[in-house]
Amino acid sequence: MLKIGEKTFDSRLLLGTGKYTDATVQQKAIDASASQILTFAVRRLDIFDKQQANFLESLDLTKYDLLPNTAGAKTAEEAVRLAKLARASGMCDMVKVEVIGCDKTLLPDPIETLRASEELLKEGFIVLPYTSDDVVLARRLEELGCHAIMPAASPIGSGQGILNPLHLQFIIEQTTVPVIVDAGIGSPTDVAYAMELGADGVLLNSAVAHAQDPVKMARAMRLAVEAGRLGYEAGRIEKKQYAVASSPTSGLIR
Amino acid sequence: MNITINGNDHTLEQIETIEDMLAQLGLGEKLVIVEQNRVIIDRGAYGQTVVRDHDTFEIVHFVGGG
Repeated sequence: MLKIGEKTFDSRLLLGTGKYTDATVQQKAIDASASQILTFAVRRLDIFDKQQANFLESLDLTKYDLLPNTAGAKTAEEAVRLAKLARASGMCDMVKVEVIGCDKTLLPDPIETLRASEELLKEGFIVLPYTSDDVVLARRLEELGCHAIMPAASPIGSGQGILNPLHLQFIIEQTTVPVIVDAGIGSPTDVAYAMELGADGVLLNSAVAHAQDPVKMARAMRLAVEAGRLGYEAGRIEKKQYAVASSPTSGLIR
Repeated sequence: MNITINGNDHTLEQIETIEDMLAQLGLGEKLVIVEQNRVIIDRGAYGQTVVRDHDTFEIVHFVGGG
């Protein structure tokens, strides 16, 4: 069970809703993922083009727990404004704090992320900051009272997987609230690896939405989360330098 | 009445409340969130919140994102 704030979730896979090219495929992918938490963004409505495709409208959002992000924000103030707008929908009290500090790498601005998280906690939000794999920043965010820490595996949308498993492991070891590996996931291998490291969950978007078969990949990601988690709980064997026979070394036929 | 919506100037007639404004814009059925002069308006209060000349609005909605 994944517990964020006062809520518990059977699924440890959080799914983004961006980049889909087909509403039906998106719905089937969400179903296949068994995700209970969906992320999305807040944007200006084009009031002149009301027919613009918005696949989010075809989803029954009441069936999910909603995790709006503050993507687009470059300052704490912008992030707080976006979070409050999302909450005014009356549909969510969680927020993924995302304050980008570099357009090229889309890496988060650590100082603005910290400031935004502090303000949103004061405002009573359930706060899940997207952060780099900085171990000390993760600790500072937890000390503020954040309800989960969401370190990136690698840059958003890059599909490079886990570039610094050591730092992720440090963060996982020191953190008492859930650690959800967010961003940079490319394949089920990456997901299983994150979960085997002890992550409490994984948040991904592009890896499913841009897969050749998003529905099949969504199922693969669900299974990878489960496999990785079970592997973590089961406790893997130590690595040894040389072989250790699996079959008896006595009773050999000569 | 002259108002600004999402950075653009608009002239809307015969509206009193945010609910009227959204209806005239054809947004009555949509899930939108409204900010009036930088103050977020509770969705339940659209029918009672009066629109005044030269008000500035942000009308936002949820879109796909990660």
